[in-house]
Amino acid sequence: MATLDEKIEVREGVDKETVETVRSMAGKYKYGWETDIEMEFAPKGLNEEIVRLISEKNEEPEWLTEWRLNAYRRWVQMEEPDWAMVDYPKIDYQEQYYYAKPKSLTKRPKSLDEVDPKLLETYEKLGIPLREQMILAGVEGAEAAPAEGRRVAVDAVFDSVSVGTTFKVELEKAGVIFCSISEAVREHPELVRKYLGSVVPPTDNFFATLNSAVFSDGSFVYVPPGVRCPMELSTYFRINAENTGQFERTLIIADKGSYVSYLEGCTAPRRDTHQLHAAVVELIALEDAEIKYSTVQNWYPGDEEGKGGIYNFVTKRADCRGARSKVMWTQVETGSAVTWKYPSCILRGEGSVGEFYSIAITNNYQQADTGTKMIHLGRNTRSRIVSKGISAGHAQNTYRGLVSIHPKAANSRNYTQCDSLLIGDKCGAHTVPYIEVSNTSSRVEHEATTSKVDEDQLFYCRQRGMNEEEAVALVVNGFCREVLQALPMEFAMEAQQLVAISLEGSVG
Amino acid sequence: MVAVAKLTPQKIAATEARLEGATLPEGAGWARAAREAALERLRATGLPARRDEYWRYTKPEPLYELPAPRAAVFDAGGEAPVFGEIDRVKLVFVDGVFDPDASDEPSLAGVEIARLSEVTQADIHWAKDLFGVLEARGQSPVPRPLAALNTALAPDGVVIRVTGKAEKPVSLIYLHRDESSDAMLHHLVRLEPGAELTLLENGPAAARFNKVLEVDVADGARFHHVRAQGRDHERLAATHIFARLGQESTFKSFTLTANGRLTRNETVVEFTGDDAVAHVAGAAVGDGDFHHDDTIFITHGAERCESRQVFKKVLRGGAMGVFQGKILVKPGAQKTDGYQISQALLLDEGSAFRAKPELEIYADDVACSHGSTTGAIDETLLFYLRARGIPLEEARGLLILAFLAEAIEEIEDEALAADITARLEAWIRRHRRAG
Repeated sequence: MATLDEKIEVREGVDKETVETVRSMAGKYKYGWETDIEMEFAPKGLNEEIVRLISEKNEEPEWLTEWRLNAYRRWVQMEEPDWAMVDYPKIDYQEQYYYAKPKSLTKRPKSLDEVDPKLLETYEKLGIPLREQMILAGVEGAEAAPAEGRRVAVDAVFDSVSVGTTFKVELEKAGVIFCSISEAVREHPELVRKYLGSVVPPTDNFFATLNSAVFSDGSFVYVPPGVRCPMELSTYFRINAENTGQFERTLIIADKGSYVSYLEGCTAPRRDTHQLHAAVVELIALEDAEIKYSTVQNWYPGDEEGKGGIYNFVTKRADCRGARSKVMWTQVETGSAVTWKYPSCILRGEGSVGEFYSIAITNNYQQADTGTKMIHLGRNTRSRIVSKGISAGHAQNTYRGLVSIHPKAANSRNYTQCDSLLIGDKCGAHTVPYIEVSNTSSRVEHEATTSKVDEDQLFYCRQRGMNEEEAVALVVNGFCREVLQALPMEFAMEAQQLVAISLEGSVG
Repeated sequence: MVAVAKLTPQKIAATEARLEGATLPEGAGWARAAREAALERLRATGLPARRDEYWRYTKPEPLYELPAPRAAVFDAGGEAPVFGEIDRVKLVFVDGVFDPDASDEPSLAGVEIARLSEVTQADIHWAKDLFGVLEARGQSPVPRPLAALNTALAPDGVVIRVTGKAEKPVSLIYLHRDESSDAMLHHLVRLEPGAELTLLENGPAAARFNKVLEVDVADGARFHHVRAQGRDHERLAATHIFARLGQESTFKSFTLTANGRLTRNETVVEFTGDDAVAHVAGAAVGDGDFHHDDTIFITHGAERCESRQVFKKVLRGGAMGVFQGKILVKPGAQKTDGYQISQALLLDEGSAFRAKPELEIYADDVACSHGSTTGAIDETLLFYLRARGIPLEEARGLLILAFLAEAIEEIEDEALAADITARLEAWIRRHRRAG
């Protein structure tokens, strides 16, 4: 049916978008349309048969089917966690579809040329042209960027399946494996079997266990020793079908001395009902490897009355196994009705480093409970947490984090800063940090502040001719600077716009 | 929103085991009703268990299981007791039992002093509006079952009503003589508008001590509280302070804890009137199997109130320090100024610190901040002092004291602050490294 807003054109660069979005899409969720495409669904509800069916659809080996079934059996006995500061009606897990796949993908397309044009169009409209020019170039301030822009390889996931992955050949030349996880299970079973569930075990928590049972697709990355991945890798997740949960699983392995930067984006149509998204992301960094993982989470947040929106219950964890390995999580959380997400680092390797930069913006009736865990196990490990929470409308925004320094993690360091900003008197901003220090040679520092937008700063901006909303956006952008600077350039500009959009209407 | 611990069959069993054979103290109808209500509150939540989120870092069972663990009586030798030089009205309890002979005549201008066991016999008494009332208010959003247990079973305590400015402090002295004593006291303090009182508490009290203090600070009144928990190393204590603050009132509480195998001090403060001030501070120094937990909950329910939490811990030889502090700013509590700092100095390997400094904020025009740090003595500072000819151990002592200073500064009265400082200096001297 394509309820496309004709005003939006497929963008070529982000800069046009920036202007356009801020001007014409004020406060609206611009990815709220849906693609009219014939889908194949597994029957509604969840039971062992569905788990088997998903496994079968993905042509999985026996061990993985068993792995899923074990997770399912465990999940049935688990209770949904209720400790987060989020409030939502009980989810009926039998009222969901656990598998949805565009019919046109029944026969696996060999290359992007064979992919249903409707799907390609969907991604183009989302600003992700899969076909050829994967150049999410220069954005605003393109002057400073290299002339040909930077290239990004994309894995596009539509509901339960991967549509296609770009730049595969070029990546293969460098030895990098980048494909959907279902493909990886078929092509690289030894790697998948070795690492899948090794960071987030199938029994980890309610949502991760559910994911382990029903995950349908996601991305797989393996960067061989000593290789610096020649381009940014990216996955774009799109929920399209109604009443369908998305359960993607991402597994990234950076072998010794390698480097990879991975971007993740996500959107969903505007609907009155809630939809469930329960993903698991596992990162493994071996000796001297570095993984940079950036997310712009822009799932449909629900409308002004809090109707609809995605329940985003995600388990993300990195295992810094090797000495001197490094993982950097950066997230910009603006979407979802409810967010429950704590990207974490297990700092096992001596001298390993974990970083977490987050901006979480909630407006209207959104609720976010997000933060990180830094588990220091190895000596000389370091971690840094910078979290900015912005709450407007009737929203609730919670930072929840754990810094744990084990007795053997001598000479470790942590620095945590979490700031909250409240816009309006109907919202809430909360901070729930846990700090556990078990040796004397380590140093842990934690700071948190909560404040409102500074009147003097607003006054200053308004004096110079800005209207109030522009002024707030500028001040808020300043407040988020430290985090925005940590994002890859492709995301930074978009994130800045998102900051402006999400706060639209929150003043006055 | 806050996940409240479930009442499991194990909890019900533990609660009933604790209550088995226990009888409510005799009293008039209102007192009996208050105690029965407390019992109901206790049964509704059950006694705490280690899996409760609020007891994540401290094992609660030893604080209520029967019989109470024995604790050797500590002999301080010739050491001068704390507050010894302060002119005060002394009220002495030995293992939780009032000792009239050792106590002063309870007469002080503008202050009425009575015992809980007496006032609860009277058919009409102002204490009716306070006994168990603030404790009950403090049960939400987080239950405090040990306090409900206390309201139900505590046989005695001190009941103070202040109508003027008390000339000198009222001092509660808790002596410990019986190795197996298991004591409970429940104190009530009501400060009428504009009244002022300083309350001192010191001593180990018993092998195991459960104490509740309910303080109602009316408009414009000022309440100062300084306590030094006794040095008996094996003692256990669970204490609660529940304070309600009226308009433009002041509440300041400081606690020194040196030693004690297990101490849980909870302070629950609620601002009900605008422009009030609450400062809660603590210095804890511990060695060996010392486990010390400060749990603070401050609710801003009025405008322009200021709260400060300043907690410092110096830990060595395997000691464990815990800090759980929370600032809750209710909708409409605009212009709130909330500050919280928790710091631990770990003097050697094996010692550990756990902190959970929380903010929960529903008003936009507020300034709230918290900080928490953990680390060892700064080697650079140590070097600086040594370069100026100060011997190593003395330099370490100076730095420890400097670290604790911010908490001690919360004590307004200079003589009391000096007394507390002297205790800390003595602790540092006692724990100097050999050589």
